[in-house]
Amino acid sequence: MLEIDIKKRLRDFDLRVQLDIPRGKTLMLVGDNGCGKTTLLNLVAGLDNPDNGRIALDGRVLYDSGNGTNVPPEARGIGYVFQSYALFPHMSIYDNVAFGLRTRRMAASEIKILVKEHLEAASLWEIRKAKAADISGGQKQRTALARALIIEPRLLLLDEPLSALDVRKQATMRKELRETIRACGVPCIIVTHDLRDVACLGDQACLLEQGMIAQHAGAEEVLNWGLCTDF
Amino acid sequence: MASNQADISRFDERSLAELVNHEHETPGKAICIPSRTREVAMKAGLAFLLTLAMAFIALPVVALFLKSPLETTLRSLHDPMVLDALRLSLTTSTLTTIIVVVMGTPIAYVSARFHYFGKEIADSLIDLPVIMPPAVAGIALLMAFGRMGIVGHYLSAFGISIAFTTLAVIIAQVFVSSPFYIRQARTSFEDVDLAFENAARTLGASRVYTFLHVILPIAMNGLISGAIMAFARSLGEFGATIMFAGNFQGRTQTMPLAIYTAMQGDLDVSLCLSIILVAISFVVIIIVKTMTRRVIMRC
Repeated sequence: MLEIDIKKRLRDFDLRVQLDIPRGKTLMLVGDNGCGKTTLLNLVAGLDNPDNGRIALDGRVLYDSGNGTNVPPEARGIGYVFQSYALFPHMSIYDNVAFGLRTRRMAASEIKILVKEHLEAASLWEIRKAKAADISGGQKQRTALARALIIEPRLLLLDEPLSALDVRKQATMRKELRETIRACGVPCIIVTHDLRDVACLGDQACLLEQGMIAQHAGAEEVLNWGLCTDF
Repeated sequence: MASNQADISRFDERSLAELVNHEHETPGKAICIPSRTREVAMKAGLAFLLTLAMAFIALPVVALFLKSPLETTLRSLHDPMVLDALRLSLTTSTLTTIIVVVMGTPIAYVSARFHYFGKEIADSLIDLPVIMPPAVAGIALLMAFGRMGIVGHYLSAFGISIAFTTLAVIIAQVFVSSPFYIRQARTSFEDVDLAFENAARTLGASRVYTFLHVILPIAMNGLISGAIMAFARSLGEFGATIMFAGNFQGRTQTMPLAIYTAMQGDLDVSLCLSIILVAISFVVIIIVKTMTRRVIMRC
């Protein structure tokens, strides 16, 4: 269970968010550009600090302004897929996926087994030696997801994971993504502008406006919000 | 009016400049220059300027080689003054580059990534030696680290003397060449997308691990270019060195100083040293250009 109750002063408004996401459930975060969606992900990941509040994951406090707890991002065990995918350009696909295991000083033989398993599951084993710049958008997305999943995260954060793909590719990747997330069984937050993502991937949906949760409901109810087009 | 419309209908075949020229043409004074002629004239003018600029730079370099026969140059290579200057220059410039890279890299990274009180002043101070005349830099160093300087005064009490030693040569070189590296390194670090750093952190990498395994390799080409520029600047340093370190053969007489000294006696030695410096500079330029091209191609 992910528990968020935080406040942060942004340039134009205050970001105030109170959310609970149970294990295995996916929250879709929608809203206009600049409403604080990515900032919220960064706050949960520990890449930015709230002004005050509390974040806890599976009962473990990650941030608490009350007692000064602030677990650094490297110790939070959160898988984060960035909008640009942020694949390290100087490394191969294999090394990108192995990165998280190497930081944990895992044995090379064990790393090889795990990376192979994840790359084969993502149909990337054949191109394991390619550099990030030389692969397609879909392959980049799968690499970024494999890199985030291999560390066995306790929470998944995905920032517009399909936005860099063309429409035809999006439909295929959406189905793949849904299955992968379901298999993980951890809480997940996905930022998106596309209502098809909400309908296909989400269990809950949140509409963020000027840093506040304007709507919060089941994913299937999103179309009833009167928002029939993309955000 | 009819004439204007005819012009516009042929607009795809005639340049706008030609059309404007036609508009202002006085009847009876047909001095219209065809656009093709104008284009050729412009190209010829640019070619002349380029040739002039190339000749201006190449001529002195060529003159160096022409005025110094190969036999004389090779003979001068055995001159103790040349050997001492060459050894001292290469040693001090290499040490300077190592010091600048080791100390400048964290400074450049902090400058690129973080905001702190007084950052503007710190950045300006780092850049200051670039615009400061080398002779002024030499006097400033003397006033700081010389025997009567504000720091040197205390050091001399412990029997430590910096001015007019090989250490002074290195200090002078570090002072003038560090901005060349730090500026380039700062730009390279700024160009590294923050998302790479964030991704590494969420994957379990500490700040140090992220810096060593992600940021540094991505910025590496820029850092190498900066280091080469700093090395080249150290190698050519003259003003600050002669003011702060003096001109003692084998101890503080680097190649530029040796050229200056030899000029007053044996011109052949001076030419020999100059040719070696030109050759090194040329190699440095080629390396920098290659490195820069690799960075651009990667982007």
